[in-house]
Amino acid sequence: MTDLTHIRNFSIVAHIDHGKSTLADRLIQLTGTVAERDMKEQLLDSMDIERERGITIKANSVRIEYPAKDGQTYILNLIDTPGHVDFAYEVSRSMRAVEGSLLVVDASQGVEAQTLANVYQAIDADHEIVPVLNKVDLPAADCDRVAEQIEDVIGIDATDAVQISAKTGLGIPDVLEAIVQRLPAPQGDRDAPLKAMLVDSWYDPYLGVVVMIRVMEGVIKKGDRIRMMQTAATYPIDRLAVLRPEMQNIAELGPGEIGVLTASIKQVRDTRVGDTITHEKRQTETALPGFKPAQPVVFCGLFPVDNGEFEDLRDAIEKLALNDASFSFEMETSAALGFGFRCGFLGLLHLEVIRDRIEREYQIELITTAPSVIYHVHMRDGTMEELHNPADMPDLTLVDHIEEPRIKATILVPDDYLGDVLKLCQDRRGIQEDLTYAGTRAMVVYDLPLNEVVFDFYDRLKSVTKGYASFDYQMTGYRQDFLVKMQVLVNEEPVDALSIMVHRDRAEMRGRAMCEKLKDLIPRHMFKIPIQAAIGGRVIARETLSAMRKDVTAKCYGGDATRKKKLLEKQKAGKKKMRQFGKVDIPQEAFISALKMDG
Amino acid sequence: MADQGFGLYLHWPFCQAKCPYCDFNSHVVAQIDQTAWAEAYGQQIEYFGELTKGRILNSVYFGGGTPSLMDVAVVDAVLDKIRATWSLANDIEVTLEANPTSVEADRFRDYRMAGVNRVSMGIQALRDADLRALGRLHSVSEALAAFDIARRIFDRVSFDLIYARQDQSLAAWEAELTEALALSADHLSLYQLTIEDGTAFADRFNAGKLRGLPAEDLSADMYELTQNLCEASGLPSYEVSNHAAHGAQSQHNLIYWRGGDWVGIGPGAHGRLTMADGRHGTQTDLSPQIWLEHCRQDPARPTYWEPILPAGHLTERLMMGLRLNEGVVLDNNFRRQINSCKVKYLLELGLLCEKNDRLITTRKGRLVLNSVLSELLAD
Repeated sequence: MTDLTHIRNFSIVAHIDHGKSTLADRLIQLTGTVAERDMKEQLLDSMDIERERGITIKANSVRIEYPAKDGQTYILNLIDTPGHVDFAYEVSRSMRAVEGSLLVVDASQGVEAQTLANVYQAIDADHEIVPVLNKVDLPAADCDRVAEQIEDVIGIDATDAVQISAKTGLGIPDVLEAIVQRLPAPQGDRDAPLKAMLVDSWYDPYLGVVVMIRVMEGVIKKGDRIRMMQTAATYPIDRLAVLRPEMQNIAELGPGEIGVLTASIKQVRDTRVGDTITHEKRQTETALPGFKPAQPVVFCGLFPVDNGEFEDLRDAIEKLALNDASFSFEMETSAALGFGFRCGFLGLLHLEVIRDRIEREYQIELITTAPSVIYHVHMRDGTMEELHNPADMPDLTLVDHIEEPRIKATILVPDDYLGDVLKLCQDRRGIQEDLTYAGTRAMVVYDLPLNEVVFDFYDRLKSVTKGYASFDYQMTGYRQDFLVKMQVLVNEEPVDALSIMVHRDRAEMRGRAMCEKLKDLIPRHMFKIPIQAAIGGRVIARETLSAMRKDVTAKCYGGDATRKKKLLEKQKAGKKKMRQFGKVDIPQEAFISALKMDG
Repeated sequence: MADQGFGLYLHWPFCQAKCPYCDFNSHVVAQIDQTAWAEAYGQQIEYFGELTKGRILNSVYFGGGTPSLMDVAVVDAVLDKIRATWSLANDIEVTLEANPTSVEADRFRDYRMAGVNRVSMGIQALRDADLRALGRLHSVSEALAAFDIARRIFDRVSFDLIYARQDQSLAAWEAELTEALALSADHLSLYQLTIEDGTAFADRFNAGKLRGLPAEDLSADMYELTQNLCEASGLPSYEVSNHAAHGAQSQHNLIYWRGGDWVGIGPGAHGRLTMADGRHGTQTDLSPQIWLEHCRQDPARPTYWEPILPAGHLTERLMMGLRLNEGVVLDNNFRRQINSCKVKYLLELGLLCEKNDRLITTRKGRLVLNSVLSELLAD
């Protein structure tokens, strides 16, 4: 147990590549938390995908002991938070678990979009924020300009910004001092009933489910029986530990402390991020505010490229689901793609991460179908059906009307790109709700249909604003609109995996765009292939992929026979990556790429 | 396949300079011990002679590399050894690949005396700028001069051109090919530029720096133009990239395409031999030094043998035979092995046709032969 005044809890807010992970590594290194020989880069990002993409998906924490200049030793708890709109809820919980943030900005680049989205989360959580200018050793570094920008754009005082180079280690001691001197100590009554926040949880093959907690009030001890307030489940605590960053057992955790527990919890699904943990016997009166159950909002089909791998896919998905409460799945059968799963995700990054993990960790090649949202299909008989998959659209004669989910999107964008952002939102059937200015940035609020956003809205937004926009959204409810199911026919055969729900007014445009895209994505065949988009039986767009004209090896003599034979075998393997529809081979990337919109 | 002829391929692995598009087994070295090579070739000819006793040789082919860098004495010794080893067909074809430079042209008469009766010249382009881009050491005028000498000395002269080059228009190729056809060679090999793995061009291509290569439609148009012009000039195609006057087809290359037998000698040379226990493929090490060293150790050492199983033989017969205008013979054995549904499908698409018990690619089909083959040979 540590005296509250000697604890500092913080997170690091930074744009991708501005040096968050390197700074975390240096803090860990300089305080001797990890032995020199055990150091590796991006210590806190444990998944390959996190390391590769430079993003954080699961929260992680590390407890650092720091002997400060005032002669006292402090416990510093760093929570590394996810940094993407898909995981906005998880980020908000992590932020509530700490009192302050380091705002790391690359002194040669300045404030960027992602910084904003996350720094506002920190401000929302009432954090004390210490600006840190990184990469000051670079020739292009301009500390004054960037400090000014932080003040103008974010509105926090940057006069005492700490100047560092995480790469060389310059200024790292100043960061540690600033954490101690400038961030507030946590508060909390040691004698009150236990109140701890479930910050995140994950599955460990040796320990089972590991739960990261922040104690707000009371004391938690090994052996205590705890109760999860949302699920009402109770567990005896097997192990209580802190992360340094490897697990180190500890007898108890008091107010302001951050640690992990294991308690014979079978599945990560049994834990809810943001839930309040209390004692079974002496319960706290009120749960912590802000809990939201995880709700998948984007659905798509995942099919094995090789149909023989369906059982392997089932196994992989079940295992991943154990470790991810926000991911849902059910079996799906497609005429074109065979057996697979309809899966629900928090957003597109979440979708990509799960897909990558299946392909990488389980070595199953996948075909991913068009992402869809949940539509409410109101039938003439007064009943309502939830539609997760356009392929399941009921007979139109039975349908009265269809409702779709809407969101309230908040976009922060520099003036220069405002016009492009408004156009993008209008093109996606958005209704403007608000437009205000903060310095040289505009804040735009739009009511948008989720189905126009799930697919490539974020990519488009990044592209039209050169990455300078930040974007966040919340679901607002369902509204009726004129929605139809659009089918795509390749060589006269419907490809169910390419069916989408679309607004009637946008159908021709989307249909044309998809046919054009498919024309580029499908390789030429030995015959010409019509590609059509249709609503009901009516064709609304058509392209023709002309027949292949030339595909022959120029030279083939005695010495080439052996090599050429191998080439033919390689082609055969390449064909396996395609799906045959009638006589047409469609490459797997076409199922996603065909839907991307350029405008 | 004895009835498809019997040839000998001899690989000379050296060049003065490596061309950026070439993926053949060629090496640039400061010095070559020509005597050692003559001995090694001789020894290998004896070795294969023992294994193919009684067969009549229809063709000898000196390929490379640049075989016109071989000393005349080496060519002379090799051909002497061949004459001492096999009976030669009356119409034996003896081809030597030559670079069209004055140095090499000076040796043509001596090669002729040694027994070479056909040369295949790597002219490659009739535009100086393109020759430089292709990394060739000769100029157009030098090539034309060497061609003239060859034409006077040899009864049969062929040359190679590379087209579908960077930034080449259809009209530019038409003009260049028309000039080429006016030179009255009896045989032309006209190859579309292909970016082969492991070449300097491939590195540039992969780095996005090899621009201006024709898209599929232009390259198909160029190919069709080539067929038409050559046919009108009395050099119709008989294979995907080869054109010849009546009776002037390369007998040697026909052995490959018809599935005949040949002995392969030299570093990286391949062979096909039908023995008492079936058909075999032979291969040797690509490295000149290693191959020579193998020869020194034991005459049998350089050659790796591998049986060619019926499925592999079918693949080879189709991929080689369907390149020819004459197609492949559909004997009973063949009909049993081939997937008749796929054949029917390709016949319907107008890419294959059947004539006089032969399976033949149509002109359209020959142009997409790789796809035809992968369809035909798919599981």
